[in-house]
Amino acid sequence: MSVQLKPGQGPLEYARRPWIIILFGLVLLFLYAPIASLIVFSFNVDKSGVWHGFTFMNYVKAWHNDAIFYALSNSLTIAVLSTIVSTVLGATTALALWRFNFPFKNTYEGFMTLPIVVPEICMGISLAMFFSYTGMMAGVRDWLWPFNLINIMFAHIAFCFPFVAVVVRARLQGFNRQLEEASKDLGATELQTFTNVLVPFMVPSLVAGGLLAFTLSLDDFVITLFSSGPGSITFPVKIYGMVKRGVDMQINAASTILIVITLAATLLAMKLQAPDKSGH
Amino acid sequence: MDDWKDYRKVFLTLATPGSIWMLVFFIIPMTFLFVLSFSSKAVIDGETSTTAYDYFNTFGNYFASTGQSYLVLLWRAVWTSAVATFVCLVLAYPLAMAVCFAPSRWRPVMLLLLILPFWINLLIRTYAMYSIFRTTGVINQAVGLVGLGPYEMLNNTPAVIMGLVYVYLPFMVLPLYSTIEKLDRSFLEASLDLGASQARTFWSVTWPLTLPGVITGIILVYIPCLGTFLTSDILGGPNNWTIGNAIQNQFLEANNWPFGAALSFILMYATFIALVIRALFARRSKGVDA
Repeated sequence: MSVQLKPGQGPLEYARRPWIIILFGLVLLFLYAPIASLIVFSFNVDKSGVWHGFTFMNYVKAWHNDAIFYALSNSLTIAVLSTIVSTVLGATTALALWRFNFPFKNTYEGFMTLPIVVPEICMGISLAMFFSYTGMMAGVRDWLWPFNLINIMFAHIAFCFPFVAVVVRARLQGFNRQLEEASKDLGATELQTFTNVLVPFMVPSLVAGGLLAFTLSLDDFVITLFSSGPGSITFPVKIYGMVKRGVDMQINAASTILIVITLAATLLAMKLQAPDKSGH
Repeated sequence: MDDWKDYRKVFLTLATPGSIWMLVFFIIPMTFLFVLSFSSKAVIDGETSTTAYDYFNTFGNYFASTGQSYLVLLWRAVWTSAVATFVCLVLAYPLAMAVCFAPSRWRPVMLLLLILPFWINLLIRTYAMYSIFRTTGVINQAVGLVGLGPYEMLNNTPAVIMGLVYVYLPFMVLPLYSTIEKLDRSFLEASLDLGASQARTFWSVTWPLTLPGVITGIILVYIPCLGTFLTSDILGGPNNWTIGNAIQNQFLEANNWPFGAALSFILMYATFIALVIRALFARRSKGVDA
């Protein structure tokens, strides 16, 4: 056959079929147009859907709005502290699962990934009840900041560290255990081998897993809504309250800030998680 | 791999912290929720207590939740989630195909573009959707310029479905991408060479081979859709409540925790059924992992 194929007509060139390109474009428009409009209108002078002029006023107002500022500092504090604990717990869990055989290992692994799959609202409600029932909800209310946020941190760590464990374990799969043997042959102790050989190998996944935990914690709304007591409000919960009261361009300004923080953390994590051949 | 008995101390140091955390902040609360779903508020001196419960004394909460109004909410969650999942599948499949068959230098960028919105806060995305579709939003302002509208585009079921698709589309793209990427293309070439049409090749070769990814995608989208309350709350309004809103209402307003617990566990049972179905499919098509 000597039929000349035009680009996009090759039997497997699905990516160049016009209808697929159009669909791809439309889906991107559907995905990004609302967010773009949210960001653009955060610079609008009033809260209508019409462009009436450029201003930074919404950002200034949001910055000087004590409730928003307080909620944002709560969220960032919770995210940083939860990330630290989640990274440690995730790493130890991943190491235990990677290195050891033990009875009921599959069941244990299944339980460890449960928080990833159960509906958020169920986990949020179970924690809300647990905190009220044990008196922790009322008990921490008058504690010094940031200790009054400790219930939210407990909850966030519980759903963040399984994600860290998954990321760290994926990295450990690529570790060559002969390096450990070499280290021990050369006279290093078990602990020295761990800190000088295994930990450096794990670092990219610890950072990536930590950033994942950071964004998950910063973004969480459903579980936080239930596990936060009165007074301990976070940024997404604050935004929810504002949304329920109606459209206000301060929400757009505050949301834009949150989008920038999370996307920066995510892109950094993705960069660090890119395939890396060291240790093979 | 080492046996845990040979390095007991190391193993316990590594496994204990995570296990304790999981036990205290996941297993115990969930167990408590489960118990509460079979309990009722205690009646002390003829008054219903707000804090004490009689445990394991009733199945009534589950029967109450099949009463007329809650059956409606559950059914609405089931079918709006099904429609949203179907729309996600129909949109995501060709997109995932496009990414997999694109020149390799374009692939990461195309995939990133499709899944990046997943990292933006769920609430913010829903609010963004709300602000462009509201009666004074951008779309109505635009059609207003040519003298049309304003149209009421929110507070109805299609708005909820659209919101769910918007939020969960990346969950469908990812598993489809990872299965289609592993697909052996020589099967497709063989089928086309032997004279099958593109459609025939798709339905007899591509689709069956990528079914595990399809199942994973359906479950990843369907489960969170079923439990949603934010999308139906903000885009759907009170007339479009689903079971998630009912649960929230029982806990934050109506204050009937045992009933809320039963509603939550109905959602949990649905989740477990979905996971079992997935495991069964994974076993049947072992080797082709999604």
